[in-house]
Amino acid sequence: MPLDATPDASDARAVKLSARGVRIDFWNERIKRNLRVLDGVDLDVREGELLAIVGPSGCGKSTFLGAVDGLVKTRAGEICVDGVRVEKPGADRAMVFQQDSLFPWRTVLRNISYGLELQGRMPKGEIRDRAASLVELVGLKGFGEHYPHELSGGMRQRVNIARALATDPKLLLLDEPFAALDAQTREFMQVELLKILARAKKTALFITHQIDEAVFLADRVAVFSARPARIKAIVDVDLQGQRTLETKLQPRFRDLQERIWRLIEEEAERTGLLTSTVGA
Amino acid sequence: MTSVTSDLADDDALGGPSRSIWTRHENTFLGLFAVAAFLLFWEYSVVWGWVNPLFTSAPTRIIKAGAAMVRDGSIWNDLAVSGMEFALGYGLAVVVGVPLGILMGWYRRFNALLEPFVNALYATPRIALMPLIIIWFGVDMTSKVAIIFLSTVFPILVNTMTGVRTIDRDFIKVARSFGATDGQLFTTVALPSSVPNLLTGLRLGLGHALIGIVVGEMYGASAGIGYMMQTAGATFQTDRVMVGIIIIAAVGMALTQVLKMIENRFEMWRVDHRG
Repeated sequence: MPLDATPDASDARAVKLSARGVRIDFWNERIKRNLRVLDGVDLDVREGELLAIVGPSGCGKSTFLGAVDGLVKTRAGEICVDGVRVEKPGADRAMVFQQDSLFPWRTVLRNISYGLELQGRMPKGEIRDRAASLVELVGLKGFGEHYPHELSGGMRQRVNIARALATDPKLLLLDEPFAALDAQTREFMQVELLKILARAKKTALFITHQIDEAVFLADRVAVFSARPARIKAIVDVDLQGQRTLETKLQPRFRDLQERIWRLIEEEAERTGLLTSTVGA
Repeated sequence: MTSVTSDLADDDALGGPSRSIWTRHENTFLGLFAVAAFLLFWEYSVVWGWVNPLFTSAPTRIIKAGAAMVRDGSIWNDLAVSGMEFALGYGLAVVVGVPLGILMGWYRRFNALLEPFVNALYATPRIALMPLIIIWFGVDMTSKVAIIFLSTVFPILVNTMTGVRTIDRDFIKVARSFGATDGQLFTTVALPSSVPNLLTGLRLGLGHALIGIVVGEMYGASAGIGYMMQTAGATFQTDRVMVGIIIIAAVGMALTQVLKMIENRFEMWRVDHRG
């Protein structure tokens, strides 16, 4: 099991995102002290791969993603996308938030084109065409003129993904995007996300607290330790064939899921979230 | 609705395929019935001599008085004067209140500068300013425009300001994540999310404007619905007073209804109604 995050020498793909020694502190007003959230995270995401981050609740996964997006300031270390240091949000990254947070005053099309409108990189007609093609890409053809409140949770999350893809980011950041969906919709959306990402040819960093979701979607799964978080382990997801709903029935899938669960369990026990003995 | 069971029965009826005119419009019919019963009771309590029409008037007397006022044309001038005062005062309040509210909601320092005045004036019954306004503007239309403006501008301003301030944090994150500048955050997030509150402000302002018309004109005027009611009241022409009350009530209900409909249309924009 490769326990460090340095890129495998045998993997020829370029490093898209590299994080080195990322440290983040949050000021806690109640105890008047800095809380260390991330304590030296080293991580590489390679071109075209989907890397999922799992970890105990509250371990700082989302904070790390926020730092990659440039919304959260780091105390130390550096995050680079294609070798360029991240200082603030930029067009090379786009975030899919957990809450779909679509603007209720914009139609599906205009929600999708929001980022492009802000960035003003292309003429209006082109923006409209691109938004329309993304509506199709995420399988919402015919819903372009609808408003978010007219859509189901799953459909809204598709729009949310399309909005992030619209700006054609090099790196797609997904912060538990399916957490608010019901179990069935979540499973369908997982399959759908893989299709969308394959079509859009994107590199993605995916945060989740659901181990099966991580194993199902990812090429590699990074397990965060409890807070202050570091990378505890990186697990290669060596599943054969295309990922379908049946993939989850493979013995190998179960093995991987169990292995990752053990790693998280260790962390939970270490911090007292979970006691190892069951008793009165 | 009297009990839970009767509500459930109503719901069943609504779901049924054969809904009669009665079940579809039950609430409207019940309302009409109550109003009709009330009007009949009112009319006959005068006819049968239970009450003195000098105090209560009666539906038929009010209709007669109203018809007479239409025939001799006196009502049109009063309506025109009051309507003009309302349009100018309310319009001015919108033109001033909305931009000020937006600025106060967006710029912390601007808000800190104006807040003491807004709070003080919002808490003061604006009618208390009437003597001052008469001194400044006299008894013609300007003083009424001023009192209507002052009555209306604060509810509009304060609600708009609240609307601009209560932005969903998730929306800010999305905008920032796409690299929005402060200006873009304002135009694409703060402004549209303030619309529902702004409309509430406009609706509340409406009620205040009507009070402004009536009280302003009663205090000192030479024409208008409030003035007409004042002079009719002073000479015990109860029927004419009632005509004025009905006009004010009808206008208030109609305008509030229109704004309520616009508000409902934008209800989905409200932060807590999302999702």
